[in-house]
Amino acid sequence: MNWNDVLGLFNYWMVIILMMMGLYIVVSRGNLVKKIVGLNIFQTSVFLLYISMGKVSGGTAPILTGKPEVFSNPLPHVLILTAIVVGIATTALGLALVVRIKQSYDTIEEDEIQKADEEMEFGKPSGDSKP
Amino acid sequence: MLFLGLTAFAILRLRALFAVVMLSSVYSLVSAALLVHLDAVDVAFTEAAVGAGISTVLMLATLALTTRHEKEPTHTSLLPLVVVFLTGIALVYGTLDMPRFGDPSAPIHHHVAPKYINDTGSEIGMPNIVTAILASYRGFDTLGEVTVIFTAGIGVLLLIGAFIREPDGNTIQTMEHHLVLRLVTKLLIGPILLFALYVQFHGDYGPGGGFQAGVIFAAAFIIYALVFGLETARRVVPGRVIRIMLAAGVLLYGGVGVISLFFGQNYLNYSVLGSTAVAGQHLGILLVEFGVGMTVAAVMVSTYYVFSGQIPPISDEEW
Repeated sequence: MNWNDVLGLFNYWMVIILMMMGLYIVVSRGNLVKKIVGLNIFQTSVFLLYISMGKVSGGTAPILTGKPEVFSNPLPHVLILTAIVVGIATTALGLALVVRIKQSYDTIEEDEIQKADEEMEFGKPSGDSKP
Repeated sequence: MLFLGLTAFAILRLRALFAVVMLSSVYSLVSAALLVHLDAVDVAFTEAAVGAGISTVLMLATLALTTRHEKEPTHTSLLPLVVVFLTGIALVYGTLDMPRFGDPSAPIHHHVAPKYINDTGSEIGMPNIVTAILASYRGFDTLGEVTVIFTAGIGVLLLIGAFIREPDGNTIQTMEHHLVLRLVTKLLIGPILLFALYVQFHGDYGPGGGFQAGVIFAAAFIIYALVFGLETARRVVPGRVIRIMLAAGVLLYGGVGVISLFFGQNYLNYSVLGSTAVAGQHLGILLVEFGVGMTVAAVMVSTYYVFSGQIPPISDEEW
């Protein structure tokens, strides 16, 4: 593996680091808003992966100008362009769920929601079981 | 790229959610700059408008409705760390076989992309290849995406739309008494709306199109609602009109497809709409993009209405 390979793959590696950070936030943090931010980071890293693959060295933005030119691949651009807007729409849906959870449980921490669920199903933990 | 990594790390460590949201806005802006560098001008445009604009506003509205601080995690985070680390190693191993960055002989550049680049000029007749693929070659995909956005908008309305406090006239809460904010907003809204229209109808020639225009249009509206109060904004465009626009956009997109069916062509083949194939493509793409813009703007504005309609009045002193 030489220096050229390292430079050529650097973008992909950064994408992976970002992706893993996003995944880590989603898995390890209990706060639901933080989880959604983590999901957004993950999502952006995927966008960057696609766009990085579409880049052609010496290419330019895919808008015809009449001169023969080298263009970067426009197909990933289309896919990601729509994905971003779909992403914000789904994020809004996620945030709406968070707001509803807050209204019902009065908390947005995962642990406390789980505890409230268990109490609802099995009654209060033993110790004060006498009604 | 390194800067992006740093920002993401800061988001990971910080516990104050307000700062996290602000940082994620910075993150989006930086990644937009990076996208321009990677020749994806249309995408960068969208990312800047969506990530740094609308999503920040929505996140902040959620914070106002929930809480601004994250609690200490109760369980150990060692296991997730190990899992994430192993996944990362596996993915890096996978990249070793990837074509190098910017390599023109990579497989991705030899499938359908050359056809799009070579034929857009003669078949569609518009300079922006991204718009041509988006609305014409891959019109089905885009119709699907618009439907997803529409569904998400409906979902938000169903989930929390029923809880909007009825406007009661005497609790109008505005920032109108801030002279600077009011003047700057008044100066800005006109140009922003004009710019949105330019982006909408000039998307065939330069970077832009329905998705970006819809978001920018919604941004102008949200600024207006932020400064002059939600009730005032509702008086300008009532929620009912927004909900009709929401459906009308998708309907317009689907309708254009049905019209081309009537002319004996495939669904969403615009060539028959005009006197020549190229003119037909132009008309079709214009209509379709308009439908996209309408739906996107309506989803964003109605989401904002619903979110901010729930926030109890906050006085200036509390901030």
